[in-house]
Amino acid sequence: MTPTQDSPDIRWSGAGALWASLEAHGVHTVFGYPGGAIMPVYDALTFFPQIRHILGRHEQGSIHAAEGWAKATGQLGVVLATSGPGATNLVTGLADAMLDSVPLLAITGNVASHLIGTDAFQEADITGITLPVTKHNYIVRSAEDVPRVIAEAIHIARSGRPGPVLVDIPKDVQLAACEYRPADLRPHPPLPPREPEPAALAAALELLTQAERPVMMVGGGALDAAAEVTALAHAWNIPVITTLMGLGAFPASDPLWLGMPGMHGSVAANRAISEADVLLGIGLRFDDRVTGRVRDFAPRASIIHVDLDAAELGKIVSTHCPVRADAAQVARALKEQAPSQIPERPDWLAQLEEWKGRGHHPEVWGAAQAVRQVVARLGPDDILSSDVGQHQMLAAQLARFERPRRWLNSGGLGTMGFGFPAAIGAALAEPDVVSMVIAGDGGFQMTAQELATLKHADIRNVKICIINNSYLGMVRQWQELFHGERYSEVELGHSNPDFLKLADAYGVPGWRAEDSASLDEALEGWLNHPGSALLEVVVPSQHHVFPMVPAGASLSEMLETEPVRAGVMQTGTVQDSPDGVEAPGDDMEAVPIMALDAQRGGER
Amino acid sequence: MSGEHLVSALVRDEPRVLTRITALFGRRGYNIKSLSVGATETPGISRMTFVVGGERGVVEQAMRQLQKLHDVLQIIDHSQEKYVDRELVLLKVRVDKDTRLEVRQMAEDFRARIVDAGRQALMFEVTGDEGKITAFIEQMRPFGILETMRTGRAALIRGSNADIASHVYGGESQALAALASGLSPVPQPREASSRDGGEQ
Repeated sequence: MTPTQDSPDIRWSGAGALWASLEAHGVHTVFGYPGGAIMPVYDALTFFPQIRHILGRHEQGSIHAAEGWAKATGQLGVVLATSGPGATNLVTGLADAMLDSVPLLAITGNVASHLIGTDAFQEADITGITLPVTKHNYIVRSAEDVPRVIAEAIHIARSGRPGPVLVDIPKDVQLAACEYRPADLRPHPPLPPREPEPAALAAALELLTQAERPVMMVGGGALDAAAEVTALAHAWNIPVITTLMGLGAFPASDPLWLGMPGMHGSVAANRAISEADVLLGIGLRFDDRVTGRVRDFAPRASIIHVDLDAAELGKIVSTHCPVRADAAQVARALKEQAPSQIPERPDWLAQLEEWKGRGHHPEVWGAAQAVRQVVARLGPDDILSSDVGQHQMLAAQLARFERPRRWLNSGGLGTMGFGFPAAIGAALAEPDVVSMVIAGDGGFQMTAQELATLKHADIRNVKICIINNSYLGMVRQWQELFHGERYSEVELGHSNPDFLKLADAYGVPGWRAEDSASLDEALEGWLNHPGSALLEVVVPSQHHVFPMVPAGASLSEMLETEPVRAGVMQTGTVQDSPDGVEAPGDDMEAVPIMALDAQRGGER
Repeated sequence: MSGEHLVSALVRDEPRVLTRITALFGRRGYNIKSLSVGATETPGISRMTFVVGGERGVVEQAMRQLQKLHDVLQIIDHSQEKYVDRELVLLKVRVDKDTRLEVRQMAEDFRARIVDAGRQALMFEVTGDEGKITAFIEQMRPFGILETMRTGRAALIRGSNADIASHVYGGESQALAALASGLSPVPQPREASSRDGGEQ
């Protein structure tokens, strides 16, 4: 069937080719929001009932939902938006997906080809705007190009280090007749996983063999290599640190697990980095939140850096042994070369065990205690997404992930408003598990309109937990510690909505807790409710997230616990010592915190 | 090693390819000192030659970032190969009846051609490598340079079939096959050498 002048058939158009291509690539759920310049695509959608479209309430919500889908499944997330404002509303999500390497396809409509460049109604140069925040982008010039461009875009989004790709389709191209055959729609075969160079592997083996105090550091690039990474750690008896993005790539119940590194990392992880003689990093990019002051990062260690992206090798930390390859391939190869007798490393592991006991939040009522009680209710297959801020760091510290892709958060961009829509996307991908989101009172309001999406798509497994401390807590923490307690524009409490009434307005039932006992009670009702539900936990506003490495400080200058009094904090420093391993706990010294230069202002 | 580094790239001749590349340099803070672009003998593929300023490590990082762009098919690092490079310069020099002869004589020594002549100025076209161009401009400077236009350096690896030939121009070439299928070949940049990373 082909369209004719007399009986145009939208199935055989550029718009139809788009849906047929997506279907041929296994896409069955998309997120989006219609508008003028993408109407032919939405028209054609009516002929593809196999594809489920999730109507959001704002394009930012839709793209974060697509990200949540992709982060939970490892599969492609797809989002659609119209031209102009619809397209520009995607920008935050694209930047987020770029920094967190999320495979994402964004389809935007644009004004008709002859209007492009004329400042037409709802015209935006979206390929120009998104150029730095996409892995690649396209503007499709003719309907016949649609299948080729979609196949290429999806291949790019998924291949190598994944990322977002945007395809902009002018309205006339969507409408133009297009005869496509099944052969035109075929996906490109995936690239084979990249094998390590034998020389690089040999160098890594040499370092590992000689290591006395090795540590592994595993990031988001190893989420699909969890089994191999775990086997590698066991075969060599190497303790494992998982970054914020890598949580779940190694089971938290394993005695070798040290927690998360970096600014709000565990004492054990940060001390291990400072004392290790070999650091094996797999699938991570040494973000500044992880390294602290770069020149003091892992000062005693030879660094082996495994990453698929050559541009990450040597970008931040200088590397003794760069290995450009697929994480699973390298982990498997290194595991196969493990010594026949597993190294025991008694001193090193005993030291780490001692550090594991330090820097924990006290069991007093506050955000940390609330998060602890909430995450304790998660099952091993349940998904936890978080927004950005104090609750995010607390959840990352306190939740225990046994498998990858159960922890969704905006790691690189730190996008407030990410958590809730991401939980919606994950809930749709996995309707049989709990998709829980922990958000702050600030961040939740950035995408709270997506409450309507729960009803629209009949989503029953999203559990929203708002940790309400009436403040932008992380900014408040920085203002208290680094800006002389000048609380500038961070108080939200007096103008916050009644979150239970807000949820109720969208038909979502709510629970509220204000202390540990009432939280336990509320958790029962909230979790047992057979449908999506909201829980507001009211907590004091003055608590901080600790441990903390101030921006610009080295990991060894970590502040393990709350300051004793405002303006002055206790810090334990790792001492230089001939044998390299030193219990630093006893020589605490007072450091004026203002002297620790807060180089970065706008914390969220 | 700080200074200038000569790098060429074979790129898909697609809309915005120049924007993608220059924007990447801009947002990551790499310094392009000169850039020349032109079509190659293969339809759909253009060649660019950059002069990139900065430490060796920064330049390597820049090359790796470039390699990630979908439209970049291949990067050629000229510091690793024997190459020929040339730049064309148009130079307008002030003359009067006392200096005219001397300027013309000097230009002849540099094999610069006069492409426009007036009573008060001569315009020269001079082609050569960096050293010759610099020397010519320095020789002309005392007479008064009115205007200059430089094309930027262009470079090719010496030999009949340098590495790019097999990769890009051969019948079974990866890039051409990739171009036909619309996909970029798997990039093959060199591994970072030890402790060479662009720290800080």
